[in-house]
Order: sequence, then C-alpha cells, then structure tokens
Amino acid sequence: MADELKGWKDLPLGGVVPGGAARELNKTGSWRAERPIWNEEKCIQCFQCWLHCPDDSIVLTAGKMTGIDYDHCKGCGLCAAICPKDALEMVPEREGTCAK
Amino acid sequence: MPSIKTLAQREEAGVRFTSGHTLCAGCAEPLVVRAVLNAIEGPVVAASPTGCLEVATSRFPGTAWNVPWVHVAFENAAAVISGVEAAYKALTKTGAVKRRIRFVVFGGDGGTYDIGLQALSGALERGHDFLYVCLNNEAYMNTGVQRSSATPRCASATTSPVGEEIPGKPQDRKDLTEIVVAHHVPYAGQAAVSNLVDLANKVERAMKYEGPKFLNVLTTCPLGWRTPRDSAITQAKLAVETRYWPLYEVIEGVYKINYKPKENVPVEEWLKTQGRFRHLFRNPNGKELIAEFQASVDQHWNELLRKEKCLSGAESQG
Amino acid sequence: MRKVMTGHKAVAEAMRQIEPDVVAVYPITPQSEIAEYYAQYVHDGIVHSELVPVESEHSAMSACVGAAAAGARVMTATSSQGLALMVEVLYIAAGMRLPIVMALANRSLSAPINIHCDHADAYLARDAGAFQIFCESAQEAYDYTLIAQRIAEHEKVRIPGIVNLDGFTLTHTSQVVEPLEDERAKKFVGPFKALFPLLDVDHPVSWGTFAMPDYYFELKRAQAAAIEEVAGVFLEVQRAYASLTGRRYAGFIEPYRLDDAERAVVVLGSTAGTAKVAVDQLREKGEKVGVLKVWLYRPFPYAEVARALGHVKQVAVLDRAFSFGAMGALYNDVAAALVPSERRPVLSNYIYGLGGRDVTVEQILQAFAEVKTARPTTGLRYLGLRE
Repeated sequence: MADELKGWKDLPLGGVVPGGAARELNKTGSWRAERPIWNEEKCIQCFQCWLHCPDDSIVLTAGKMTGIDYDHCKGCGLCAAICPKDALEMVPEREGTCAK
Repeated sequence: MPSIKTLAQREEAGVRFTSGHTLCAGCAEPLVVRAVLNAIEGPVVAASPTGCLEVATSRFPGTAWNVPWVHVAFENAAAVISGVEAAYKALTKTGAVKRRIRFVVFGGDGGTYDIGLQALSGALERGHDFLYVCLNNEAYMNTGVQRSSATPRCASATTSPVGEEIPGKPQDRKDLTEIVVAHHVPYAGQAAVSNLVDLANKVERAMKYEGPKFLNVLTTCPLGWRTPRDSAITQAKLAVETRYWPLYEVIEGVYKINYKPKENVPVEEWLKTQGRFRHLFRNPNGKELIAEFQASVDQHWNELLRKEKCLSGAESQG
Repeated sequence: MRKVMTGHKAVAEAMRQIEPDVVAVYPITPQSEIAEYYAQYVHDGIVHSELVPVESEHSAMSACVGAAAAGARVMTATSSQGLALMVEVLYIAAGMRLPIVMALANRSLSAPINIHCDHADAYLARDAGAFQIFCESAQEAYDYTLIAQRIAEHEKVRIPGIVNLDGFTLTHTSQVVEPLEDERAKKFVGPFKALFPLLDVDHPVSWGTFAMPDYYFELKRAQAAAIEEVAGVFLEVQRAYASLTGRRYAGFIEPYRLDDAERAVVVLGSTAGTAKVAVDQLREKGEKVGVLKVWLYRPFPYAEVARALGHVKQVAVLDRAFSFGAMGALYNDVAAALVPSERRPVLSNYIYGLGGRDVTVEQILQAFAEVKTARPTTGLRYLGLRE
C-alpha cells in the first residue's frame, strides 16, 4: 500500500478530488460479519431494501433489484429488517454463500 | 410526488452519493442523504459541516459525493452555502453559469443546533436559496457521543453521563425547528429516517420555494443510542409513533402535522429499547423521570396541535 | 488623475475596479468604511458583485471560501477582532488554495479593547498561509490591492492574500492618490480563471476533503510550495505594475538611504514615513542612517533583507505588537535572515506604537541614538512607553 501513495508534487490542488472516487478506493465489504442472502423468488421488487441500504449495495438493473454489491455491503442487516417478504436473510459471513 | 420507484430510477440514472464511505454499518445518515439528493431534480451542489458524515465520506483521495460538494469547518456550513449561492447568482448575472442549480446542506445536530446556529440564522435571515437538512442523531457522535442541545433529557451521553447525583442530561432538547420557523422562511419541517418517502415528498415540496428551506430529520445512530446495528428504522419509527418526534411542516407560516398516531403509545416504549436510557429502568426515581419525559413530549405535541389549529391554512384565509 | 481620498476609499476603488463576483464582509472599526463604500457600489448597480452582508467575520471568510470554491472571484476586508474570529477559516482558505484577497485595517487585539492601530492582527495571521503585504500610504494600499489580486489568482499561487494598511493612520486620513483609469486597472488584473469550480455540475468534485496521516503532510508541503511561489510572482506582477504606472516599486523591500548607512531601522507600514523624516533630519547632521521598509511580509524575503542589512553596523527592528514571551515577530524574522550572513549587524528590538500610541519622529531619533552603543542582547526595548 505504502508504495502507491503519491508524493507532494503529484497531489491535486487543495486536496480536491473527483466525485464518487471512494467507490473504487474503499471496498467496505471487508467489514462484514454477516451477509444478506437474497431470495429472488420471495422478492416482490418493492425496493424497500434499496431505499434503506446505507451503502448503496442493492444493485438495480433496468428498474429491477438484481442482487447485492458484496464489495461494499457492510452487512448491517437493515435490508433484511425492512424486507416485508423475508426475501433477505442474514447469515454469518464464514458460512455465507453468494446468492448468485 | 416522488414514489420509491421514481427515486430508484433517478439513482439508476445517476448515483449522487456512492458506496465506499466509511460510516458505521447500519448508520442512517446515507439513507437521508440519498433520499434528499434523489428527490431534487436537476443539478445540485451540497455542503457539509464537520461531522460523521463529512469525515466518513471525504477521506482523501476518495469521496462518496458524486455531486459537487464542499466542507470547510464545523460551525459554518450555512455561511459556506451562502457564498456558493452568492457565487451562483453573480455568475448567472455575468452569463458564466447558465443552468438552474439547487443548493443543499447536510449537517449534524452539533453543527446545526449548537456551533453552527449563528451561521444558520444569518443565512436564513439573508434569504439565500438553499435547503438545510439537519441529520439529527441527538449527540456529537463523531467525537464520541457527547451531549448536544439536541440530546433529549435523561439521555446518557459522555458529557452528560449517568452519575450518582445526576441521571444523564438534565435539560430538555432545544426546539430548533421552531427557531427556524421564527425566521419566517418559506418552508420548515420535521421528518424521520423511518419515513423516507415522506422525506422525499417534503424535499420536493420545499424545493418549489425560492429562499431558505429547512428540514430537521431524526436520523438514528445505533452506536450512540446503544441499539442493535439493524435498528435504525424501527427506532425512528417508534420515535414518531410515541409522538416524541412529530412529522410536520410549516409552509409559509401554515402548520401541518403530517402524521397523527392513532394509538397513544407511551414514550417509555421508545426509551426502553435504547441503551442511553437504560438507567431510567434501574434508577429508583426512574418512574418519576419517565413521567417527566412523557410530560415534556405531551406538552410539545399539544403545543404543536394548537399551532396547527391556530395557524392552519383555513384560519389564515378566514 | 490625482484625487484626494482616504485609505478606505483607495481600497474600495481598487475593489470596484477588480469587481469581484462576491464580497462577503462584516463591519468593524476601522475597516467598516470599506464595506460601506462597496455596499453603495452594489446598491447603485455599478458593479455586478453579490454582497453577502454576513452576521460575523467567521461567516465572512466562510462565505468567501464557499464562493471561491464555487468558481467566483472573491474579496473581503476586516480588522483586529474580526480577523481573530475569521482566522480559523483563513487557514482553511489557504489549505484549500483559494485566492481570496482582503484588506486588513491594522488594529490592536483585546484586552483591553482598543480600536486603534498596531500590528497584532497581522501577526496573528502570519502563519495562516496567506501572503501579506504592508502598505505605507493610501496610494500603496490602492496599488497593492490590484497587485495582490493578480498574485493570488496566479496559477502557481492560488492562496489568500492580505493587504495591510494601518488603522486610522492610513484608513481614515485623506491623502493624494492617483488611481488607474478603470479599463487599465481591469486589464492589469485580468479575468479570473476558476479551478475545479463547484458550479461546474457536470464535473463534480469534492472540496475540503479529510486527510489522514498518510496524506496530510504531503498536502501541507504542497501548500508551502504555493506560498514560496509568491516571491517570484510578486516581482513579476510588481514589475508589470511599475511599468504601467511609472511607480518606483522594485522588490520585496524598500531601502531608504540605506546604501552607506551605519545604522538602520526596519519597519512595516506607515511608520516608514515617520522613519524617513527622522533619517532625513539625521542625514542633515551628517549621520549615516537609513530605513528598511518591508513590503512583502509573508513569504518573508530573508535573502533580500540579509543583503540590504549586511553592511549596516547597528539595526533597530521595530515591532508594533508584542509576541508575548518572545522577541518581536519582525525581529525574529530579521534575525533569522541574518543567521546565514557572514556580516551581521548588532540587532536591537523595539516595541512601539501599541493601541494607536502616536509614533513620532522623536521616537525614531531615540532608537537611532540608543543603538549607537547597543550590544547584542535578547531584551526588548520600548519607544513611547511611560515607565
């Protein structure tokens, strides 16, 4: 990591950074102790999980919920708590498997 | 009125606040930020004072903001957005800026109720065209859960701890929303993270007005409130159901309570779920303290009912 | 065309010609008239500027930072306690590399409260990361306001700049000033080029990011490089201004009868005028004395000061503020400048003129007389102080 850090002559004026740069830099999925597993069959596409995800990790594709961004999902469980159809289940990370 | 699908479509078309921020797992702040940004149509520039949201979203060389965003210090976000908005007006005059741009501040309760109150009052009085959203989690969470003037009475915070003599915070919270209303701004209101579509609708209504607009949003902090990681929404919902946190708005001086709970849920139901109030259920004087808390909630709620009655649209027209 | 005007009016005229997009300002004696003149320009519609009549100096600088990050040309003005209140944000403006130019009507700091001139406010801001210029006259205040704007906005610099003018002595007295015609002044300052403006909504950026120990040091080193660049840019802009106006501005310092001087005083601001009168009187008696006036206080011109003073035997550095518990701030700079020199004068440090105490020719004569026999010391001496 240290050798990726830039020297002072290569830094942007005043520490200004381009919008949205954190997404690539910080893969907060590594924080997760529990992972949400999505059951597509139970899902009614109500988007409550999307609305209540603090980490923008409910993936929408062409107006449909299509999965979970495990690179950034911190495993907080808000999606599972809000889901009206129990289509999201929190499982311990070690035993978890990707829904896809 | 933006539905959840509309908000989702807008985010799919262009995400305004990305993942990769380092707010705690289960933090409610991003929900408010996304709902507000997705509720505003067209270009928007945001500002934040120092706080959890600022620190966790803007660690150099990253940022979770995908709209133009600026942070300067703790006490001055309203002054900063005043400058941004003044620049917009001047550069619109010269023709350098041609598009309609909206301005929004996201500040915590410390940066809004306390250290930033003077700057906020100044910006409201000068009439800048901006929306100020207070992400009210009721204490200085970024520095370690110290009490603020938004902290409710009896809450245990690190500078209002539960001691042998004094059981948590002795004072009531400040009623900032009403302080803002007293500036006669076109729009002021309260929302909660449990009612995000209501929040988005309020933002849409507010943004129809030129001038200062203010939303005080109860934004649960599981860490500071000492509640489970996945409890942000249920906690805020209970605050609304117990009338601790009324959802209401004041549009051009007209009061409207957006939600009146049908059941009379005692505030104790909300208090007992949070670690910061746990002492009330162990303290020999706990019953008395809870009764005082309830009386304070009732007084505030009844005041609001009276204001709604006296300052309703019908009254003002009659 | 020559006109009679106060220092306030001279600064306000320069501001009118610069015509910033945003002026955010809060009243304080002895700065208020600058704000008042500018408010009149805005309300008369003769400038396109947006005036933000803020509720404090803290908000004045905060609004300036917001406006500058948004992409606007921005100016403000303050004094004394006002600067003390805004200094937190001045550091931030410098760290964010925003070219905000402000007039500082130099005034003492409380307590006790006092509205009159000294340099405590300028010293308070000396480590903030803004460049600082001191003016001797209303003419200089006008000229250096235009010059400072062009320096601040130079692509190599992009930091705030402070133009110091002594409170009351310069702000409130009427002097002959020869301003440029509007078109020439505007052409000299040139158009403002915004960098990464917030209002460029198609290219979103974040300003005021948070740096951990992995990047803070490098970002501050880059900021230090920006103020180092001021020196070269100052000379370039000053030269352009001198050739445009014929004024004798050349360099960071102005030596007066210093070439063969055996004794000298080093001063900032309007005291230079008084010191020149004292020097003329002593020269008539055949005494070899001179004045070194420092125009560019930050970044401090160490090499030039050392060169100018190398041949002098006795130097009195005059500080118009305490740096409590230490020698005067200007003295420390001059001493540091002379450390690498082979030839070093004996330095004495005088504190004078605090809280608007009259600065007289007699005081300067006293300093020249005393330093004749001064030995190297680290004690402070005083001018115009009752024991």
